[in-house]
Amino acid sequence: MASDKRLSLHVPEPEVRPGDQPDFSEVKIPKAGSVDRPPVDVDARDIRDLAYSIIRVLNRQGEAVGPWSGTLTDEELAEGLRHMMLLRAFDARMLMAQRQGKTSFYMQHMGEEAVSCAFRKALAPGDMNFPTYRQAGLLIAGGYPMVEMMNQIYSNEADPLKGRQLPIMYSSKEHGFFSISGNLGTQFVQAVGWAMASAIKNDTRIAAGWIGDGSTAESDFHAALVFASTYRAPVVLNIVNNQWAISTFQGIARGGSGTFAARGLGFGIPALRVDGNDYLAVHAVAKWAVERARRNLGPTLVEYVTYRVGAHSTSDDPSAYRPKTESDAWPLGDPVIRLKNHLIKRGLWSDERHKQAEAEILDSVIAAQKEAEKHGTLHSGGRPSPRDMFEGVYETMPPHLRRQRQKAGV
Amino acid sequence: MPRMTMIEAIRSAMDVAMGRDDDVVVFGEDVGYFGGVFRCTQGLQQKYGRTRCFDTPISELGIVGTAIGMAAYGLRPCVEVQFADYVYPAYDQIVSEAARIRYRSNGQFTCPIVIRMPTGGGIFGGQTHSQSPEALFTHVSGLKVVVPSNPRDAKGLLIAAIEDPDPVIFLEPKRLYNGPFDGHHERPVTPWSKHELGEVPDGHFTVPLGKAEIRREGTALTVLAYGTMVYVAEAAAAETGIDAEIIDMRTLLPLDLDTIVASVSKTGRCVVVHEATLTSGYGAELAALVQEHCFYHLEAPVARVAGWDTPYPHAQEWDYFPGPTRVGEAMIETMEA
Repeated sequence: MASDKRLSLHVPEPEVRPGDQPDFSEVKIPKAGSVDRPPVDVDARDIRDLAYSIIRVLNRQGEAVGPWSGTLTDEELAEGLRHMMLLRAFDARMLMAQRQGKTSFYMQHMGEEAVSCAFRKALAPGDMNFPTYRQAGLLIAGGYPMVEMMNQIYSNEADPLKGRQLPIMYSSKEHGFFSISGNLGTQFVQAVGWAMASAIKNDTRIAAGWIGDGSTAESDFHAALVFASTYRAPVVLNIVNNQWAISTFQGIARGGSGTFAARGLGFGIPALRVDGNDYLAVHAVAKWAVERARRNLGPTLVEYVTYRVGAHSTSDDPSAYRPKTESDAWPLGDPVIRLKNHLIKRGLWSDERHKQAEAEILDSVIAAQKEAEKHGTLHSGGRPSPRDMFEGVYETMPPHLRRQRQKAGV
Repeated sequence: MPRMTMIEAIRSAMDVAMGRDDDVVVFGEDVGYFGGVFRCTQGLQQKYGRTRCFDTPISELGIVGTAIGMAAYGLRPCVEVQFADYVYPAYDQIVSEAARIRYRSNGQFTCPIVIRMPTGGGIFGGQTHSQSPEALFTHVSGLKVVVPSNPRDAKGLLIAAIEDPDPVIFLEPKRLYNGPFDGHHERPVTPWSKHELGEVPDGHFTVPLGKAEIRREGTALTVLAYGTMVYVAEAAAAETGIDAEIIDMRTLLPLDLDTIVASVSKTGRCVVVHEATLTSGYGAELAALVQEHCFYHLEAPVARVAGWDTPYPHAQEWDYFPGPTRVGEAMIETMEA
């Protein structure tokens, strides 16, 4: 007999929307220091719990505690704070420049600075990142000149990419930063390929792939995990879970899987979740995963639990899809403040020195901006030649492009 | 000079390239131990080892995506997509990534990869083993697109493609793997061992990309063809008695406009033929170029003979395939126009 019960479709919805009280009670936060640090040659099956927990080092008192602490020297911690402050100041100035019409588009990192800044410090020269659009900390912490970044953002005459790419889609081979695509997910499987190549050539360099929570739904993510698992590629596969894919909450991509890290378990890839707003924890986990890759033990999947405080880009307004005060309620705090408090607690830093550093950093960003603007901004001053538009499609320009360039009269 | 099938010639090209350059790697579905479903990679794993020729998971996206990463590292991957009909999951990686990386990174990263795939019909493969998707790639700036029509060219073009600094889509007309096929499916196939273009030099040689070849000189009319249709056009010329000049395009992107213009300016008539569907097909580009560059020499409209705008059928394969009768009729109409 036919059931009289009709089917219904489940469409996930976030707990709260604009006008509601922010609610992160679903985000279970373990105590700092409470998660074990396994040896790097651990069997993925023995650390399945790490895909559901959150590795944290900094506790609420600003102390570094537990088995994942102690990977950085005092000098390195101070440098890490400076990198995050620099990235934040850089973002603020460039966001303003976009509003002033000096460029078409910008994407900021507010709240996510620790992820890329700390990860970069776990890599060695020659390693290669395949980043998305919110990992400029890899460049800042890697010593890439700010002026070059700004030249790219302005698409000016000194733009290292000749005005061909959307602002912030940087590329620097020298700094281990693969050309950002803008098509989501594509670079994740390329990172695996790069790592496979390094292994084929018996090299020592490793790769790091980057993807956001939303883009894990792309087929590229699945392909990357399959290939990384099959060939045990020396790659660290990073998922930055900042809770929001433009206006879509992370539950739409995550579905019923519990966590994004847990997606690695079916592939036999060790999967860890880490407090993405804890510079020390990010570095410790990155170091662990990088060492695994370097020792030819294969891939690691890491989920950074963080929160995108700002808009997705200069083209959306978050108040249209989430409560305005949601970022204040985010239970993992602010990465800059947390590292600052840790250094103060340790007697290595003070509020005065922090204010002074902020001023110095702002000065350096403004100086770089002045330097970059000498070469023009998107709509004024020096710009790449229209001739550059025809160059570099192929190594050697084929006849049809030569004809078109002649026709364009450039 | 040794005689080879097109399969042997393609295998020889990869063998030569792998032997000369340790950075050349070959992989794809069933490509390693077994040597590929068409046997194009047979013996390469045994000769060069499992890290230079290997099987992959069934993921065209993964095959092409990892190849792009390897190329960024500095290798020269030559990968196989088992049938051109299976390439679509990799389309984003090809179009948005492989084709653009040199441009968007201003040359910091490049993508010297070759994506080989059997193309075209004539083997009762139905709609999933018969398609000719070349126009989906010739529309993409940054790619090169090659379609060989014989063993000698297949080897020379494939070596050139592997050595090329940019991504190359290498479409192998599978109906030509074992012998030239002129569309007369009811007749026995001539093997490559009995055809002069089955003579393939040993060792290294290249056929340059971007150069067409005149397969039959003639004065009455120009036929622009590639792959299997070269032999169909030859049969149509023989059967109609029309003194056609048949041009084998060999490389579709970038194309050899000079050879086309010289020929059509001489003959004043042009028929464009391909197996792929008609609408927005590569023939539309050829016809447009001919009228742009040869209009005042033309004595008749440019004709197109192509696959019908339907999915590739199974039982109706020979009703679909643009064989010598249809090509011959178009040639006669063009002569009489």
